[in-house]
Amino acid sequence: MTTTGPQLDLSGMQQPSDTRDGRPATIAEATKKRLSSPWASLVAVVLAVLWTIPTFGLLISSFRPARDISTSGWWTVFTDPNFTLENYELVLSPEGTNSLAPYIINSLVIVIPGVLIPIMIASLAAYAFAWMDFKFKNVLFVAVFALQIVPIQVTLIPLLSLYADIGIAGTFWSIWLSHTMFGLPLTVFLLHNFIREVPKELLEAARVDGAGHVTIFFRLMLPILKPALAAIGIYQFLWVWNDLLVALTFAGSSQNVAPMTVALFNLTGQRGSQWFLLTAGAFVSIIIPVLVFLSLQRYFVRGLLAGSVKG
Amino acid sequence: MNGTRTRRGYKAAAAAGAGFALLLAGCSGGGGGDDDSTAEPSADCADFESYGDLSGKTISIYAGIVAPEDQPYIDSFKPFEDCTGATVDYQADKQFEQQILVRAEAGNPPDIAIVPQPGLLAQLVGTGTVVAAGEGTAANVDEFWDPAWKEYGSVDGTFYAAPSGASVKSLVWYSPAQFEENGWEIPTTLDDLQALSDDIAGTGIRPWCAGIASDAATGWPVTDWMEDMMLRTAGPEVFDQWIAHEIPFNAAEPTAALDAVGGYLKNDEYVNGGFGDVTSIASTAFQDAGLPILDGQCALHRQASFYAANWPEGTEVAEDGDVFAFYLPSETADDRPVLGAGEFVTLFADRPEVQALAEFWSSDTWANIKAQASSELTGGGWITANTGLDQENLVNPIDILSADIILDENAVFRFDGSDRIPAAANSAFWKEATAWITGQSTSDTLDKIEAAWPAS
Repeated sequence: MTTTGPQLDLSGMQQPSDTRDGRPATIAEATKKRLSSPWASLVAVVLAVLWTIPTFGLLISSFRPARDISTSGWWTVFTDPNFTLENYELVLSPEGTNSLAPYIINSLVIVIPGVLIPIMIASLAAYAFAWMDFKFKNVLFVAVFALQIVPIQVTLIPLLSLYADIGIAGTFWSIWLSHTMFGLPLTVFLLHNFIREVPKELLEAARVDGAGHVTIFFRLMLPILKPALAAIGIYQFLWVWNDLLVALTFAGSSQNVAPMTVALFNLTGQRGSQWFLLTAGAFVSIIIPVLVFLSLQRYFVRGLLAGSVKG
Repeated sequence: MNGTRTRRGYKAAAAAGAGFALLLAGCSGGGGGDDDSTAEPSADCADFESYGDLSGKTISIYAGIVAPEDQPYIDSFKPFEDCTGATVDYQADKQFEQQILVRAEAGNPPDIAIVPQPGLLAQLVGTGTVVAAGEGTAANVDEFWDPAWKEYGSVDGTFYAAPSGASVKSLVWYSPAQFEENGWEIPTTLDDLQALSDDIAGTGIRPWCAGIASDAATGWPVTDWMEDMMLRTAGPEVFDQWIAHEIPFNAAEPTAALDAVGGYLKNDEYVNGGFGDVTSIASTAFQDAGLPILDGQCALHRQASFYAANWPEGTEVAEDGDVFAFYLPSETADDRPVLGAGEFVTLFADRPEVQALAEFWSSDTWANIKAQASSELTGGGWITANTGLDQENLVNPIDILSADIILDENAVFRFDGSDRIPAAANSAFWKEATAWITGQSTSDTLDKIEAAWPAS
């Protein structure tokens, strides 16, 4: 996104104040002025606090004994503090029947290819759709885009019977393939839009230097796309990490393949009597996405703003 | 360029490698089980000779029974695995009731599923993937179960699924200490129960506590209440006609039964001990509903035998302990209608090893092994209506009480009706029951359920 357009508009609007102050206002200064209003700050802080309270309550609950969780609210800890690590012990101990440990590994085994495969295919496809000429290109692109509106639920039974026929139902392959299929339409579309934004001159220059499509893709596009790939990677990561339906349907609940979400779902026990464990389980399952998000966050912000090259 | 490519290639290879490593680990785990079986042939293998040598065969089981109650199941198949050489692969998750239908329709069913509802069994038979039970299984069921149970495992006259576990729903939980302190007696007729409730209400505490919130199935505890009342006020025959929709859902008898429930659950003098007024029933989780008994804020809580698992750790469930249950009485002390539920062992494959496991599963041998395993691992919490069950193998007082009730010769057992009616009517039953608690009239409630009954 270039900054030229908005800047012109805004400076036009800012004319009167500029002449009065006698110095030109840049868009950054104008924005800063608007955002640093004390009222705006107050609203932002209040929103942030409100937003965090439920998670905070969950965190506190995860350290409370089972009986307390089911009989009183988490805020009572301030007057009557009573903490235990037992919930985390139950959820993390490797021997226990409630252990999430094996499922964390399964989730990682599912999520890494589940993110890399669709992004790899999608970046290639998006490049082809954006910069190569072939027959029915637009029809195909619209078809890929339109696939987004197919709800996952209608594909479950046909896909499962296909997987059962070729003998991969109940294995990681079925989950990887499904996440690739479900992730591709949106990923192709988003990456296509990023790739379209790259100035034509850049590609022409590369071509004049003798680069073919392969060279252009790997040496020119991939470095430019890094923020976009990271942003889409985070989306896909969260989607695959939090998925219950796809994994449960195609791979089942065996301890060899089931991800964390299945274990969390079963954690409450046969009659839901162990739901106090959910608080600790939820925090264990949050850790990895939070780490991924924090480590990719700078790309994420850039990815939202970027999609173009510098000047 | 080379650098980028190599790094990507390396990542992909690493990911694929990790995947294969896990798959291999899964395979070698299965192999390990076989080794154990050859190393330690048990002394009691004579019972298993008729099943033949099943070495190398695997039987997959899919169920909705998750930790901690899954381990006794897994262990109960150990003697079968050790003696026949077969491997049993047990998988379970709480999404079972939806997933089993998806898997059956997609042609990817397990070999055996543990189906908790006759209605679901009928739906599965409708997909054309269910295999009828073998002769050995049928003979076992004829020998060890009440004929009514065989009926629940049959669809359109064909016997498909042998019963497995059972639970008793006609129970009222109470605190023995509180009863002794106040001189209250365990009621033996419905009138006694009413009088007791009045007595307790007279002391200033609300006698009953109840809660029906249960996610998508909110309302089901009321349906159990109503069915229990229906069995008592109208009798088992009318109950059967009602469930089979031979009389309308809103006929005179069901209306009277629901009004009788209303006499307890919609009575501000009686509910909702420890929680608030009548409407708090709808917002209280059924898992938590009985807990005020421990604090003496409530005296009576009608819930099934499986509620034993919901008491906090350290609660002694026994006749002289912190909490216990009594049989929800009928109109006279001699009438013994029992509302209950159970599971059915449904086969999707006709292979010899699958039929062999099903036959073992329906035997008295298995029932006792399972009861022992449950007693050891989870402190009980499991009973069966298999008459071959030796009560010596039960340790949990509530299991002993439940087994006494369900195996009593005078007991008239009826399977939970809401599990047998069409799915559409069942979900209307839950929803309208919830609306009924929050103020809808009895006649409106029953009219709406009747209207939701599928036409066919």
